[in-house]
Amino acid sequence: MNAPEYTTIVGLEVHVQLKTASKLFCRCSTQFGAPPNTQVCPVCLGLPGSLPVLNAQAVQLAMRTGLALQCRIANFTKWDRKNYFYPDLPKGYQISQFDLPICAEGFLEIEIGSEATATRKKIRLVRAHLEEDAGKSLHDESATRDRKKSDTRIDLNRTGTPLLEIVSEPDIRSAEEAKSYLTELKLLLEYLDVSDCNMQEGSLRVDANVNVHIPNKDPNGKPIATPIVEVKNLNSFRAVERAIQYESARQYQLWQQNGLSIGQAPKQTRGWDDQDGITTLQREKEESADYRYFPDPDLVPVLIEESEIDHVLQSLCELPQTKRQRFVSEYQIKPYDAEVIVSQGLAIATYFESLIKLGSTPKRAAAWMQQDVLRTLRDQDIAIDQFAVTPCKLAGLLVAIESGKLDTTRGREVFNQLVQNPQIEVEAAIDSLGIVQVDNQAMEQLCAELLAANPDVVEKVKSGNAKAIGSLVGQAKKKNPNADPRVVQELCLTIINAS
Amino acid sequence: MNLIYLTATQIAQLIHSRQVTSEQATQAFLDRISATDSRVGAFLSVAGDRAIDQARKVDQKIAKGQIDSPFAGVPVAIKDVLCTTDEPTTAASKILKGYVSPYKATVVEKLESAGIVILGKTNLDEFAMGGSTENSGYQLTKNPWDLTRTPGGSSGGSAACIAAAQAPISLGTDTGGSIRQPASFCGICGLKPTYGRVSRYGLLAFASSLDQIGPMAHSVEDLASLLEVIGGHDPRDSTSIPQPVTGLAAKFGTSIAGLKIGIVREQIESEGLDPEIRQNLLNAIEVYQSEGAKIVDIELPNSQYSIATYYIIAPGEASSNLSRYSGAHFGYRSSTVTEKSGSATASSLVDMYCNTRGEGFGPEVKRRVMLGTYTLSAGYYDAYYLKALKVRRLIRQDFDKAFEQVDLILGPTTPTAAFPIGEKTDDPVQMYLVDLFTVGANLAGIPALAIPNGQSKSGLPIGMQLQAAPLREDLLLHAGHAYQSTTQYQPTWPTLS
Repeated sequence: MNAPEYTTIVGLEVHVQLKTASKLFCRCSTQFGAPPNTQVCPVCLGLPGSLPVLNAQAVQLAMRTGLALQCRIANFTKWDRKNYFYPDLPKGYQISQFDLPICAEGFLEIEIGSEATATRKKIRLVRAHLEEDAGKSLHDESATRDRKKSDTRIDLNRTGTPLLEIVSEPDIRSAEEAKSYLTELKLLLEYLDVSDCNMQEGSLRVDANVNVHIPNKDPNGKPIATPIVEVKNLNSFRAVERAIQYESARQYQLWQQNGLSIGQAPKQTRGWDDQDGITTLQREKEESADYRYFPDPDLVPVLIEESEIDHVLQSLCELPQTKRQRFVSEYQIKPYDAEVIVSQGLAIATYFESLIKLGSTPKRAAAWMQQDVLRTLRDQDIAIDQFAVTPCKLAGLLVAIESGKLDTTRGREVFNQLVQNPQIEVEAAIDSLGIVQVDNQAMEQLCAELLAANPDVVEKVKSGNAKAIGSLVGQAKKKNPNADPRVVQELCLTIINAS
Repeated sequence: MNLIYLTATQIAQLIHSRQVTSEQATQAFLDRISATDSRVGAFLSVAGDRAIDQARKVDQKIAKGQIDSPFAGVPVAIKDVLCTTDEPTTAASKILKGYVSPYKATVVEKLESAGIVILGKTNLDEFAMGGSTENSGYQLTKNPWDLTRTPGGSSGGSAACIAAAQAPISLGTDTGGSIRQPASFCGICGLKPTYGRVSRYGLLAFASSLDQIGPMAHSVEDLASLLEVIGGHDPRDSTSIPQPVTGLAAKFGTSIAGLKIGIVREQIESEGLDPEIRQNLLNAIEVYQSEGAKIVDIELPNSQYSIATYYIIAPGEASSNLSRYSGAHFGYRSSTVTEKSGSATASSLVDMYCNTRGEGFGPEVKRRVMLGTYTLSAGYYDAYYLKALKVRRLIRQDFDKAFEQVDLILGPTTPTAAFPIGEKTDDPVQMYLVDLFTVGANLAGIPALAIPNGQSKSGLPIGMQLQAAPLREDLLLHAGHAYQSTTQYQPTWPTLS
């Protein structure tokens, strides 16, 4: 196999809206979807004379996230103003954190490669800092041709919503790794309950810094790096993947044409066009924009005691990766099964554990979670908390199967009953399907009849082909739907061997 | 009895004892404003009938015994950088022409709930940037003691209205001396409280780390009562100090013997200090000595850097604070269409910003926004802004050390008495040097009091300044009150000719 023509280098900036009831510096609601400009006050409108007051809850959520991302939490952190003019930024500056972010130097482990060859990789984080969100500019696209009629409207409901900006090192090497990083990050944020992580509503937003490294033909030379491009307007994980693929190929191609490497061409900001699957130039910066950062004199620095950090650390929930490892070691399930269950979110993982606590074997619970529960949720397009079959009911069913009261096939019938009729209990469902455990005598009689009617099968078994019994199981089921296939097989073999 | 020639404490006593109503007092001052303000120019807006309505409501409350505040019923004038909801709040800037705030400043709410009646809003240097009120975007304010001279600034209107008997008390704001300097120019008292003593919520910011709202009045006694009304913790201002402001007058009438008063020799001996001011200051030192105070020489070695430090920090903060005046959301928006603007909407947005700010701001505001933008720029930040923050810390440490030795520092408020209108308008640096003795208190965040200290031979008021350690307004006011008692100080009013 030939060496790849280039390596893709990606760093991601993820903006996460924190799940506080009110905004970062005022008491306005952060609820999404209200009519424009109804969740505003003098502070977030930036009216003359208004002053910001910190929402301590946002600091708590940032600490929780930072600790889960293995970051160092600053004992002293402060607020800085990032100055720029734009109509969705009413004060003319954004309150952010410049040189002393609340969280620094963490990492997130992701899984790379496919199931069999999967390995884990650390993506290092530069920092995670708190800042206030800007408002939304709604451009009237239909009127862009006629400039006089074109209109931009501003909704300031979002202005001041707390954001945690999580900045990774350029440790990501492919579009797939980027997707894996984002998936794991989103899962973590959901486990921590710090964000809704809804990309459609903008509570999770991603910018990607992309360039490629091209191996140098000169044996001692360092690889050649293309100029870094920041890609914006990425509205889904799929868009992130596609944009990185597109952008790295574009940069390699461009380099082949013009030979310009990093430093020889300005840094670009490009926008992702999801429909056409391309990035387009938004702006070029000769130097980085001068935001004239300085400490915000309207706010006091935040001092965080070690004891406070400890307290948050102690109160952290079990994180996804720890949970995966524990599921494997404690329940002896396969790493792949643990991966699937844990990655479905905390509620699914908790549901799974409830099944075990209520008496199911882990192996059976894991199988049913993946095959039956998740499939049903997908089919019905619902979340686990809307699911008709409570852990208690499903555990009851699984225990019944375990005890031999019914087999897996009939178990599925019961499960379907439970799904379709939320009122019904497991026992009633079993009864309604006429499921009764067949006693041994009846079973022996049934098997004897079957063997008598099928001498060819008996012959085959006697000549060493035990599998031939299988054809009798179907017949047994027809005669008595409650016949357990396993029992039928065993009894038949016993009778043949005894004859 | 003419109500307008009384202190607020005297008016309050008359109202309290039902000899006078708030309405009568309010009417008397409103009449005085209409009779004289065409000559003085202290007010940008006058509340008129609304003030009378307000006074009547207060009278009713007083009659029912529903209000228990020392200044209930007394009228006040406030600097037009404080948000009120009935009249415009303009900061004397064209960029806020006609702007009415939808909410009230904390101090305005406190005045109202104490039954103090707002007469109107006073003129200032645009966004409080200046020392003569000549930078107002609307009008000149004249010094009632000599109408050819400035009242000082930036709280020039708030000082002039008291000197002109248009209001007994007022609120000003002080970022580098803007209460104390005009108080001294107009022969009244003014106090810049400790940073954080009075909520800045609803104060249109000039330089957030330096701005403080403070009282202006005829007597130290009035200042103490008014500060108790407006001071105290406000959860809406993160820099507000969580301590009550009470008992400021507790020691009034008791001896100041044993009080240690520091003086900085270089200040008193400095060449730039007017000889008459120096002489009156030396007299004041003797008065304090005779009352048993101990005079101690102290040093403030870094005070020589205070003007330079101030004129980096204040414009830096201002350049950011004033970004919101862009025409996008409120206030003035230029209707000028720049011909050269291309077809892209982005360029017409930038034009709108530039034209709005170009037309809406006056020259001094533009100068400071440009200075501040420069000193905060990447590549200059470390050399200017960051360096200034470090020097500011040294200046604060000078004061900390000084207050280990002494209780108060006594000195001049200004190098000269009120200067003629137009004298310094072409020379911004000369104008900036007027703040020489006052900016230190802002940089250090300490309280400072300006009180009258006689008159020049030409009949202009002369003031002096006392400074104290953070939160020691009680000491300042005690010493100020003692001085006024010992010297049997009586407010005087010019004839406005």
